[in-house]
Amino acid sequence: MRVDASYAVLRSAVLVSAVALSVGLAGPVRADTPAAVADPGLATALAADPKLEADAMELSHKLRCLVCQNQSIAESNAPLAVDLRDQVREQLAAGKSKEDVVDYLVERYGDFVLYEPPFKAATALLWLGPAALLFGGAAWLAFRLRRRRDEVAAQKTLSAADRTRARALLESAPGAAHSESPESRS
Amino acid sequence: MKAKFLVPLLLFFGLAGFLAFGLTLNPREVPSPLIDKPAPDFSLARLDQPEQTFSLKEMQGEVWMLNVWASWCVACREEHPLLVQMAKRKIVPVVGLNYKEVRGDGAINARGMALEVETGMAIERARRWLTDHGDPYVLSVLDIDGRVGIDFGVYGVPETFLIDRQGTIRYKHIGPITPDTLQNVLIPKIEELRRAG
Repeated sequence: MRVDASYAVLRSAVLVSAVALSVGLAGPVRADTPAAVADPGLATALAADPKLEADAMELSHKLRCLVCQNQSIAESNAPLAVDLRDQVREQLAAGKSKEDVVDYLVERYGDFVLYEPPFKAATALLWLGPAALLFGGAAWLAFRLRRRRDEVAAQKTLSAADRTRARALLESAPGAAHSESPESRS
Repeated sequence: MKAKFLVPLLLFFGLAGFLAFGLTLNPREVPSPLIDKPAPDFSLARLDQPEQTFSLKEMQGEVWMLNVWASWCVACREEHPLLVQMAKRKIVPVVGLNYKEVRGDGAINARGMALEVETGMAIERARRWLTDHGDPYVLSVLDIDGRVGIDFGVYGVPETFLIDRQGTIRYKHIGPITPDTLQNVLIPKIEELRRAG
């Protein structure tokens, strides 16, 4: 009874504080804050339109830098990445679609610039390999399990001859099974 | 079926074989999609006569090479004596694409620099470099902002493109040309392209 009551108190306390916390946190965020002031030293040639800039950055994150190959052109500060980022921005601003911009880069640098390689003959193994492994493995496992089940089922039913042999063994040596076990445990 | 226990071992050797092959590949060499495609056209100011421009059609009918270089490029320094030697032996005409001469140099802050100032600086630096190290080029052109470089899929300097009589890119060499690649790859390819007409 006492446990139940204290639990209820605790739960309501948690609820109240959670609500208070969320209100407290949401308050300043909802207030109209000015957009982050661009640092002239850091921000290079941002597009004036924030929507366009967001699109350009989103696309840049999907494109691989050729100099720092483990970074996207959005992340890399290699001069080429800066140039390519500018190209993406410029072309989107000129009204080209994202596909056009991607095609422009693939024409020059190949599929290498895409973090998500297209599906074609050369990449079929890459795209289908994991699924083939999964389903192949599952099929193999199912086959093995079924075979084992059949084997066990076959062993369960004793033939008439086995049955009489087993009975004969049990009757001839009644203490054999018991005398063996303590030794093997030691 | 006695040798069943060998299956994991064989799988391991198969995997090790793939990984060993992977180690022999160079991830820095990105295959160019421009091979066997027409070279992208451009019109850029010449280094020797900046008031004149050079474009691809001037080399039509010739097998030639486009060599991307810059004075700030260390690997170009390594490659340059071989280019000079090639020019002396008249192996193939080489056009130089001077790539981002000023803004490519990490030591210079070209941001906010007026284009005329940058161009003047690029001409001065590039000319001085060719005077110091020898000029193996039929001519060089100035790619101040690296835009033509992007059209050619340049991602590092030096890079060299072999272009046939019809203006099609036939081969791309990434990094400095070595005597070995010149002898065993470039010269045979040049001869083959010349025979093909």
